[in-house]
Amino acid sequence: MLIAKCQMPLSRTIAVAMSGGVDSSTVAAMLRAEGHQVIGLTMQLWNQRRLAAHPGMPEAVQGRCCSLDDVYDARRVAETLGIPYYVVNHEDRFERDVVRPFVEEYLSGRTPIPCSLCNNHLKFDQLLIVAQQIGADALATGHYARVEQGDRSGRWLLKRAADTSKDQTYFLFGLTQEQLSRTIFPLGGMAKPAVRELARDYGLALSEKPDSQEICFVPGGDYKKFLDAYLADQGESLPDTSGELVTTGGEVVGEHHGIHNFTVGQRKGLGVATGSPLYVIQINGDKRQVVVGGQEELYSRTLRAHRVNLIAVDDLHEPMRVRVKIRHRHEAAPATLEKSGANEVLVTFDEPQRAISPGQAAVFYDEDTVVGGGWIA
Amino acid sequence: MRRIYLDNNATTPILPEVFEAMRPYFAEHFGNASSIHHHGQETRAAVERARESVAALLGCRGSEIVFTSGGTEGDNLAIFGLVRAGDHVISSTIEHHAVLNSCKHLEASGCEVTYVPVDGRGMVDPDDVRRSLRSNTKLISIMMANNETGVLQPVEEIGKVAAEADVYFHTDGVQAAGKVMIDVQRIACDLLSISGHKMHAPQGVGALYVRKGTILQPMLYGGSHERSRRAGTENVPGIIALGKAAEIAKEALDRGDMAQMAAMRDRLQEKILAEVEATGVNGQGALRVPNTTNIYFDYIEGEALVIALDLKGLAVSTGAACSSGAIEPSHVLTAMGLPPNQARASLRFSLGKQNTPEDVEFALGLIPVTVARLRELSPVYNKTAVST
Repeated sequence: MLIAKCQMPLSRTIAVAMSGGVDSSTVAAMLRAEGHQVIGLTMQLWNQRRLAAHPGMPEAVQGRCCSLDDVYDARRVAETLGIPYYVVNHEDRFERDVVRPFVEEYLSGRTPIPCSLCNNHLKFDQLLIVAQQIGADALATGHYARVEQGDRSGRWLLKRAADTSKDQTYFLFGLTQEQLSRTIFPLGGMAKPAVRELARDYGLALSEKPDSQEICFVPGGDYKKFLDAYLADQGESLPDTSGELVTTGGEVVGEHHGIHNFTVGQRKGLGVATGSPLYVIQINGDKRQVVVGGQEELYSRTLRAHRVNLIAVDDLHEPMRVRVKIRHRHEAAPATLEKSGANEVLVTFDEPQRAISPGQAAVFYDEDTVVGGGWIA
Repeated sequence: MRRIYLDNNATTPILPEVFEAMRPYFAEHFGNASSIHHHGQETRAAVERARESVAALLGCRGSEIVFTSGGTEGDNLAIFGLVRAGDHVISSTIEHHAVLNSCKHLEASGCEVTYVPVDGRGMVDPDDVRRSLRSNTKLISIMMANNETGVLQPVEEIGKVAAEADVYFHTDGVQAAGKVMIDVQRIACDLLSISGHKMHAPQGVGALYVRKGTILQPMLYGGSHERSRRAGTENVPGIIALGKAAEIAKEALDRGDMAQMAAMRDRLQEKILAEVEATGVNGQGALRVPNTTNIYFDYIEGEALVIALDLKGLAVSTGAACSSGAIEPSHVLTAMGLPPNQARASLRFSLGKQNTPEDVEFALGLIPVTVARLRELSPVYNKTAVST
């Protein structure tokens, strides 16, 4: 009896988060081919037409998350695969936990990453709960990352994708042990061209669909126009955050129209003519000051990260040698990690790093394994 | 997998007798009802017989029936056929989108619309309608029965208000037709729309009662079909089916068959309330159509419950689906004063003529365990359970 049970193929009920793109569609096809009970789920997160009447907001946004075209594509894939498929509405939660914080971060002079918030609050929280409620024991997504259970620690580990150019672990540092234990990333060991090929093999019509790059709810990537349109929609207007441009030495060199127009490391659009190029070094939200300086002043050796989530270890008992990534396209740099408070760490880099931006995430790696991560203070 | 369908307010299966009645009108009796030859004549005769059947269901004359493509067209024709820029319209907050969005369009085109509220039971107060009257009020459009709760509106009293004020009265009868007796003379309405697929006829056919003497501006221009009130070659198989469905509905109502449906609905409702804690009926205390119950299950997302039940073979619904297929919070339940959480935690069960007591038992076998599983995994439920 026991032997027979062991020989049975392990068929599970798995919900797949389907965006209508190549990656998640291929995931659904792969899991179906492996004999699992697959349920396709698409999250309706944002009404793309909601801000359409506002200046600079296009009426129809092609190929964006939650567009009708994407839902149509996902539904067709599900139909081709013969799996049940549902759209679940999480617009309220998305606005509360992702869009609103995104707007507020910009208005306080920080540079937010909505994708991480969406992963933490929507995909691997709300959607995972729905997946379990409807009878699935795991949620699979098209993310490029790997999940493994550690041999010695028994902890669930998040690891970089085999295709490092597509690796998305930077956006997944917030996953808890419970969430990781119920998460499957079938594409973690694959390269993108192989995924497209597989999609073709499975007869998925969308195998040539282009990748999405931008923030899904910001059409064309113009976040300033989005802030205007969103606040107008809320019956609010952009708060006045205009103020002074000052040097690191405290000298006032000009004025600006609002701190949300700046990001750390920015060079263009400062409106100050000087001999040497000027960069935004720091944004001081309280004083509405934008601090500018030379290229060399952009570099710093330390950062503090708060709201830290640890994955590979349960706590930091002593300083730890890691590599730290401070934005998605940053080459992880060697550093030492030290606990500096509850859910707070101090990161000291071996070499100074350029443009460390509050609001972005700092993600800590030990080789391919994500040790944890937090938000840059 | 055994599949049971308890979502008959969304659409109903065509009854076998209805299907048989319409079948010859695809290939055998295919004539254009406007043609003068034999083929046209036999089709014309069948269409007119169907018109009489629909008229008998509504208590009017055949000449007062305009066949349409469905409930939405009937609602649109009634509203846009009468109302002009500068007119005032009275409607309610719980109308179907076919009326609600038509009213929104009127507002954007130089008309004013008053949306009367409903009470906690989901009922319009006729006095609110009376108080909303203005000198330029042209039309009152208030539904007979609500699609989500099944609550019957006091249309006869509203009809009196309209008659006293000499204002046109349209009622969306889509969810009432075939479920309760309809008599347009008692309601004293000028216009009443019904839809085929909500009463076991196919999708794509409906009818609008237009009281004799009511001049409607048509929405479709073309031939003189339907006494020039609705141009376009008739959907003959659909119309024949609607006629047959109307006959069957009238006979069932006359026999009092609806009492059995109400008994099944009541059994479903009472067992759910008894076996699942923190539940209640939306529309409690109001008169309802016999096939519908709308129940809230606190601490869950109705959407997840609908999906979980569908995966086990039970089809029910919540709210109204938007274009992507995602579920939007119900404007009806919100208008009744339900907090958003409770509105999202509500499910609609609606029976049809094909349902049997076994179907109800099947549903009762699934619902309590499925709700328990959802609640077990609900962060809100656990938090509440701990704190109490």
